[in-house]
Amino acid sequence: MLRIVLLLLTLTALPARAGLSVFACEPEWGALVRELGGERVTVYEATSGLMDPHRIEARPSLIARARNADLLLCTGAELEVGWLPLLIRQAANPRIQPGQPGYFEAARQVNLLEVPSRIDRAEGDVHPLGNPHIQLDPRNILRVAEALAARMGELDATGRGLYETRLADFRQRWLKAITNWERQALPLKGVAVVVHHKVFTYLLHWLGMQEVAVLEPKPGIEPSAAHLGRVLEGLRQQPARLILRATYQDERAADWLGSRAHIPAVALPATVGGSPEARDLTSLFDDILRRLLAAGSQG
Amino acid sequence: MSLRQFFAGGAMAVLPCLALAAPQSDIEAIRAEIEALKRQYEARIAALEARLAEAEQKPAAPRQEPAGNPATAFNPAISLILSGTYAHLQRDPATWRLDGFLPSGAETWPGKRSFSLGESELLLSANIDPYLRGEFMLAASPDNEVAVENAYLETLALPAGFTLKAGRFYSGIGYINEQHPHAWDFVDPPYAQQAFLGGNRAEDGVQLKWLLPTDTFFQLGLEAGRGAAFPGAERNKNGVGAWALTARLGGDVGVSHAWLAGLGFLSQRPQDRRFEAEDVNGNWVENSFSGRSRLWVASLVWKWAPEGNPKYRNFKLQGEYYRSREQGDLTYDLSHPVTDAFRRAQSGWYAQGVYQFAPRWRVGLRFDRLSAGTVEAGANGGQLPILARHDPRRVSLMADYSPSEYSRFRLQLSRDEARRDQADNQLLLQYVLSLGAHGAHAF
Repeated sequence: MLRIVLLLLTLTALPARAGLSVFACEPEWGALVRELGGERVTVYEATSGLMDPHRIEARPSLIARARNADLLLCTGAELEVGWLPLLIRQAANPRIQPGQPGYFEAARQVNLLEVPSRIDRAEGDVHPLGNPHIQLDPRNILRVAEALAARMGELDATGRGLYETRLADFRQRWLKAITNWERQALPLKGVAVVVHHKVFTYLLHWLGMQEVAVLEPKPGIEPSAAHLGRVLEGLRQQPARLILRATYQDERAADWLGSRAHIPAVALPATVGGSPEARDLTSLFDDILRRLLAAGSQG
Repeated sequence: MSLRQFFAGGAMAVLPCLALAAPQSDIEAIRAEIEALKRQYEARIAALEARLAEAEQKPAAPRQEPAGNPATAFNPAISLILSGTYAHLQRDPATWRLDGFLPSGAETWPGKRSFSLGESELLLSANIDPYLRGEFMLAASPDNEVAVENAYLETLALPAGFTLKAGRFYSGIGYINEQHPHAWDFVDPPYAQQAFLGGNRAEDGVQLKWLLPTDTFFQLGLEAGRGAAFPGAERNKNGVGAWALTARLGGDVGVSHAWLAGLGFLSQRPQDRRFEAEDVNGNWVENSFSGRSRLWVASLVWKWAPEGNPKYRNFKLQGEYYRSREQGDLTYDLSHPVTDAFRRAQSGWYAQGVYQFAPRWRVGLRFDRLSAGTVEAGANGGQLPILARHDPRRVSLMADYSPSEYSRFRLQLSRDEARRDQADNQLLLQYVLSLGAHGAHAF
């Protein structure tokens, strides 16, 4: 018995590891914190690129990982409202409670689009603070990186110099990449698209593309046959060149409309790991542009 | 329509009106003037648009949260659950009982025939300060009775993975006991929970949980309460009336599977726990039990979602095994009391699977089974027919449709053999609605 108690005590008194243990709600933030922290951070990602971050559960494995994290890094803006508050409560970790330095919301660092003027469940799954899918505008990634590096330095003073150096390096590479992507994306400017869910708002905003219809009748409510019929009808008045869906969304609605309207339906990775090619942040945007340009030239 | 098009259109619309009133030469002059105006406007609009574009390009300053209305910003999150049923029951629900088992006070299922309101739940919760959070749940029964189901504080900032709860809360013994009735996958609770915990067991007491610092979920819990809730009884004594120990272990298998296993132990010493039952002559008599009561609960929940994405398809397998031992004295008919030694060792289990095959649709199947085990009631054995051996069993089939995350409509068919020699075929229709800021459900 005494031996068991001693063992349990040593477990609770595990020495703090050097560096930061990070719990990232979405893979894009996991990838970003790796860019900034390198070997100094250990990262656990709560969702994969093939999961819909709205709809996961506070599984026991996530609770156990959040228990030991120094930094909880999430999108915020109520994207994870269905599971994160519960997860934080069950994880019994005072370091990552909202308001603590170990709690970081990426969406607080950027201007949110599509802030609803009417908050009513009759409007579907609306996010009162605005559209939370901020990761597909690379300029947002950079804004988050700046604030995140500062926060990491605050939590781990020894690593501050490293985080600053890596941020400077990332900023330089990232700005160059943005210029490159924007040049590649010139033919996409003004292209009209239909989206499955409003997960691409920031991407379209960045590239100057135009969203003309949404397959979901209301946010978070799956496409119905009646609504798809109306979208098809609407496309006669206002044609679109592409239909976009995230790889984690069901392909049937997009494919149905694509075959009727004779325009290509494109599955885009919504985050790192959303496609085999999207291995990190840079290859994520490379892959999105490659897929968009390939489909755009057919359409 | 862009601003530019709008102004150009406006200028065009003015022209024909002018043409009616003025000679040809004047029209030329006016046209030239309008052209000049139009160019001027276009230039100014272009400048405005450029400034707008420039403003959009600038990196945003970190967003300030809107402060909200100061009078309401600190209000608790409010959630209201409404539910109702339509029941078609072959047998009179007033005769419903779990034969072979002591009544637990939870004989409210399967409810009334025809239309009836279900339980309405009002939930309020908020952080109290940086260290504590409070939750309150009021349940209004269809008979216009109001009960405080939950009212507790929970710590937010204890170190080393500890969480302390105090107040009235659903005991962590077993898996389904911590679920609110609106989160059940079937209309009614499993037999085992009714027979051994008297429905959702809410205790007045404290609960300490410790989440171990392992990568596999491992949680230990200790509960101390007054012991008034079934299988306990109100006791006018200082100290702790009921102890519960819980352990939970959980994790993932690959990306598509997750599981949670639990073990719980509850011990208490009820004094004068009363229950009403029919005697051999068909008269209702009040009886009482005093002694020691122990309960073990083992539970397993296994969930599957392809690629960890439960939105389109998922499957949930859930099962619990209860084993109860009680030993003490049973007093039959308190108006003419006869007391004799009493001992019972009984068990029960349920297993259910719920499959969501499309975004809004689920089907489920549940097996319920209680085993009367051994009951030794001495001289009183023959007096209470409810104690004669019977193993209740039930099969339930469920289908539900959820237009959104906040509403659910359910059809359930059950073949209920809770009563000896009397199978009851039941058809239940139910709605469960969630209004307001509804928090997430635990795994």
